Amino acid sequence: MIGAEHFLIVSAILFAVGVTGALISRNLIMIFMSVEIMLNAANLAIITFARMHGDMGGHVIVFLTLTVAAAEAAVGLGLIMTLYSKRGSVDAAKFNIMKW
Amino acid sequence: MDFSGANLNFSLLLPEIALAISGFAILLFGVTKRGKDFGFGLGLLGLLAALAFTVQQWGSLETGFFGMVTKDGFSSLFNLIFLMGGVISIMISRSYLISKGIDKPEYYALILFSILGMMVMASTYDMIIIFLGLEIMSIPLYVLAGFNRKDPKSNEAGIKYFIMGAFASGFLLYGIALVYGAGATTDLRLIAANFHSLAQSSPMFLYAGAALILIGFGFKVAAVPFHMWAPDVYQGAPTPVTAFFSVGPKAAGFAALMRILAFGFDSMDEIQPILWTLAVLTMVVGNLLALFQDNIKRMLAYSSIAHAGYILVALTVGGESAVASGMYYLLGYTFINLGAFAILTILDTRDGTDSRFSEINGMAARHPYLASLLAIFMFSLAGFPPTAGFFGKLYIFSGAVDSGFIWLAIIGVMTSFVSVYYYMRVVVYCFFNKSDHPFAQVSLNPYLMVALLITAVGAIGLGVLPSFWIDLSRQAFASFL
Repeated sequence: MIGAEHFLIVSAILFAVGVTGALISRNLIMIFMSVEIMLNAANLAIITFARMHGDMGGHVIVFLTLTVAAAEAAVGLGLIMTLYSKRGSVDAAKFNIMKW
Repeated sequence: MDFSGANLNFSLLLPEIALAISGFAILLFGVTKRGKDFGFGLGLLGLLAALAFTVQQWGSLETGFFGMVTKDGFSSLFNLIFLMGGVISIMISRSYLISKGIDKPEYYALILFSILGMMVMASTYDMIIIFLGLEIMSIPLYVLAGFNRKDPKSNEAGIKYFIMGAFASGFLLYGIALVYGAGATTDLRLIAANFHSLAQSSPMFLYAGAALILIGFGFKVAAVPFHMWAPDVYQGAPTPVTAFFSVGPKAAGFAALMRILAFGFDSMDEIQPILWTLAVLTMVVGNLLALFQDNIKRMLAYSSIAHAGYILVALTVGGESAVASGMYYLLGYTFINLGAFAILTILDTRDGTDSRFSEINGMAARHPYLASLLAIFMFSLAGFPPTAGFFGKLYIFSGAVDSGFIWLAIIGVMTSFVSVYYYMRVVVYCFFNKSDHPFAQVSLNPYLMVALLITAVGAIGLGVLPSFWIDLSRQAFASFL
């Protein structure tokens, strides 16, 4: 029997995967994908809770956050493209002109 | 079809609508050859219209859109901060953008959309609308940080801000999801009303959610240990954009934090030690690292981290007078910091400048008025009377002492003594150091002069009449209790 807790555990694992990926990855595209995984982990949690509580509001929230993630992807990929065309690399370790 | 039965109340959103319309008008005219020059004028017009609507809404207390939008004194005061910050920012931007060859109309549209997001953040009790406002604010900011596409530093600032911002949004959204799981609602009013029963029934979701929300906003307001992006982004972004960054998003982040912590999670006492630690770390690390910078923009970035620490002290103490003093501090800080950045922007319009300390050597001999204004802003940031910076710190620290947070106040006062050193360094460089080559002349246009006038009057006026403004902040805060 698959219950709400299974979905929540999957969502927590996804969130942890996203955070770890964003912290240890050096490729900007990979970091960006990890961040998207974090957002989708949150979406999964919201959907599960909405189902648990029988509240339609949660389903609407997921549509909002999906739109937000899409807008963020558009801007983020644009920034990464600009950087790539200038430096020929998407390696985060190379972007260190400024440090203290 | 008849929509009059639905309680939408469009008139509540008039300031936001004004900004959205003028932003889209800028984009629309921007594609034509002649319309490119209208960006600045339309942007200023939109901001002033929004300002007028905000003043007209002052003191009202209304909700609309099924409880999703709330306009109260709190949102009006914060909208005033955002819009004033926006007006001053675009006034100081023009000559800088022209000198760097990036005077494009979309710059003004992006500033307008970003302010729209901030206003949405401040005028709601619903956490999902706060999240939505945060994203409307942040996405234009990512573009603005990387706006000077030819400058590798600006590219880097844009990508760093984007990665950290998106990462923080992930934490925030997951936190909101967990709190939603605890109470089946994202409305802070319902959460505050049912807090104790929620804490009984599902404590894990509620507390973990609150912690994740705090981390998300920690990134946004650049509180230590979530500050590492701020110096790089502030240094790399075009100078007027940095000016906007250091006041707008910070004020918006604190507006949302005040709603969430001082209202929604007001009964959660366990969060106080965490806030305490954040405040101490932010004040100490921000002030100490600012000592070692040789770039003025980077120094001001660390200084803005330190100022976030002082406002976190106000949030830690909580209660009407403390949070009101935090709001007063934010209002004063907006004028002072924008003033300091306005002068930095004027200096950066010259060729080959990088806002280093050595570049302001001997500025007083060439531009005595500008140098004196810079000195006023620096004294104010350091917290000398009779400026806004002094009374802001006075109210925050005396509030902390009254509520028994004596150590917090002592650490705050000690770190602000440290800050005197690096602020006075700017004054010493421009008044007492000799320049080894002639100081390149800068030119002023009327907009810059108006912006400098507003910021100087704000910095001193808030200090001369502190009780008027602190009462205003108190009323604003009381309106949401």
